[in-house]
Amino acid sequence: MSNTEASTEWPLWEVFVRSKAGLDHKHCGSLHAADAKLAIQLARDVYARRQEGISIWVVPSNQIVASDPVDKSNYFDPMEDKVYRHPTFYALPDALNHM
Amino acid sequence: MYTQAMDTLAREAGDAGLKPVRSAEDMRLEERFDARIDAGDFIEAKDWMPAHYRKTLLRQISQHAHSEIVGMLPEGNWVTRAPTLKRKLILLAKIQDEAGHGLYLYSAAETLGTSRDQMLAALHTGKAKYSSIFNYPTLTWADMGTVGWLVDGAAIMNQVPICRCSYAPYARAMIRICREESFHQRQGFEALLTMMQQGTEAQRAMVQDAVNRWWWPCLMMFGPPDAESPNSAQSMRWGIKRVSNDDLRQKFIDATVEQAKLLGVSLPDPELKWNEERQQHDHGPIDWAEFWAVVGGDGPCNQERLGARIKAWDDGAWVREAALAHARKHTPQQQAA
Amino acid sequence: MTASVHPRQDASAQYLLRLADTCLILGQRLSEWCGHAPIIEEDIALSNTALDLIGQARALLTHAGRSEAGSPLLDEDQLAFLREEREYRNVTLVELPRGDFAFTVLRNVMVASFLKLLWQRLASSSDAELAAIAGKAVKEARYHQQHAGDWVLRLAGGTDESRRRTEAGLAQLWRYTAELFEADAIDDAAAASGLGPRWSELREPWLAEMNQLLAEAQLSAPQDSAFRSTGKRGVHSEHLGHMLTEMQYLQRAFPGGVW
Repeated sequence: MSNTEASTEWPLWEVFVRSKAGLDHKHCGSLHAADAKLAIQLARDVYARRQEGISIWVVPSNQIVASDPVDKSNYFDPMEDKVYRHPTFYALPDALNHM
Repeated sequence: MYTQAMDTLAREAGDAGLKPVRSAEDMRLEERFDARIDAGDFIEAKDWMPAHYRKTLLRQISQHAHSEIVGMLPEGNWVTRAPTLKRKLILLAKIQDEAGHGLYLYSAAETLGTSRDQMLAALHTGKAKYSSIFNYPTLTWADMGTVGWLVDGAAIMNQVPICRCSYAPYARAMIRICREESFHQRQGFEALLTMMQQGTEAQRAMVQDAVNRWWWPCLMMFGPPDAESPNSAQSMRWGIKRVSNDDLRQKFIDATVEQAKLLGVSLPDPELKWNEERQQHDHGPIDWAEFWAVVGGDGPCNQERLGARIKAWDDGAWVREAALAHARKHTPQQQAA
Repeated sequence: MTASVHPRQDASAQYLLRLADTCLILGQRLSEWCGHAPIIEEDIALSNTALDLIGQARALLTHAGRSEAGSPLLDEDQLAFLREEREYRNVTLVELPRGDFAFTVLRNVMVASFLKLLWQRLASSSDAELAAIAGKAVKEARYHQQHAGDWVLRLAGGTDESRRRTEAGLAQLWRYTAELFEADAIDDAAAASGLGPRWSELREPWLAEMNQLLAEAQLSAPQDSAFRSTGKRGVHSEHLGHMLTEMQYLQRAFPGGVW
């Protein structure tokens, strides 16, 4: 649709929530908010209704920089032939199976 | 229910049969894509995907989102009249969850290259559909429990397979939704059970009346019979649809008949009978003319539902504009769009 | 038709009912926004506020429904749904129709600021149960005040239309706030027993917070007038009757009903 429509829409924000101290922030989804303060408040209302004492990050969606999956083979393939990095490569005595 | 979208596609602008001319590169990409699907891989937002896959998903996810939002209205009809404070809180929390589900789904749809405003414009102009069940009226308090028991029950049956949808943002949204939905159906059933077991004669009559009105429309939620759903095949191929309409409908009927016995209500189908050979329940014919009439805009509440959504959106325009205007004045470095 | 119930008339019960009913009626008004808010995200936020307020009302009504010795007389639902209009003790401010979004956020910030100050004082009530309710509720009130206050700023400083609507809302609402700060024998008894403060003691801190918000929004508080609403005494505006008709319908229409 037209450009004027784009400029009347509230910007999109990505929401990250840490549900418990010691864990990482996890991506929950997104929402629309007019400003950062509202984004945080709405994130609490939308994504953290059932939780207490959590940490919320919000980031404007257009600020996220992502790796391009077309280049996936360049970033990640070199790892595939270095199987010694993976724990399953090593045959350990049964007693150590849970390491 | 939400796969209604793909079934009704067959009756709309003819996608069926026309295949555009494709380059060798496109064919290679599509072969790799099909192989990924067959291997059970998840497709993410930035991955290459066939145009028709993208279009089908966008349509299904956005219509699923619209269904959640419109679905707030029949239940919202009773919030101010809930008979106890506890029931009022439960109902309000349930509707709130539905709003949240709509949000998760709009977010998932936006990853496919559309915006919330575009999707809402499609809804408000009648181009996009929502689940036809929400075009029925909630006439008594017992409708609240019945909607929870039957409508949410049918929705859960539809939604669980979608948690394994090949498109990952949709699958993730569905996992979140299924987790939250666990209390919805239970609460509906519990509200009815309370009235049936501890309530008055008048309350029991109210429950039976609600069940009589909602049973057939709920069966229609699963969409037309498999024989009349040509688009299902492609959607199954692409891991968007996992179980057929008829299979889901049968599963729902078999589970619900047992629940109805526990409640002590009858289901308004004289042909509903256990078939020992099939190990399933036989049932009477569904009035598909009613289904298509409601999908086409001539159901009991189509005008009211869409009218309410359009009004809320239009009435709220000055609020959204004001918030943006304020944001622009106070954070000049923030891109508003 | 289910008959009406009559709550305790002693000062302590009446003091509790004023607070309980104010929370209940505002919660009921806010729940009317469900499905109709300007944007879905805000629909969820408004419902959250309603849920918090009704939750506070439940706890207070349960408490007010017990005898002074603590035995149950009336439960939360009997009190919420079966009193005559004259026995509801909410301030008139909260029974006014929800109006537009500006009216709603203005009323929310006025009431939330007041409740926050009251809950803060009640956290040290001589009544242990009330103190416990207050300890939880003050956090909710703080969040409601923050959220609604931010909206007042956005609307006051947004567009010409949003500013116009905010000024109109303020003009309509302001004179109903005077009732919040009237003290009478019920307040005196509560102060004497340590149950809670006279509501009049909250006037200065409330005005300080409201004036700070209004200054930031570049709005001016309307002049004080001689108008006094009287909901706390059970003499309401014409609006409450309609609300109660809707709210009480099922309980009245299904005598002996179990829900």
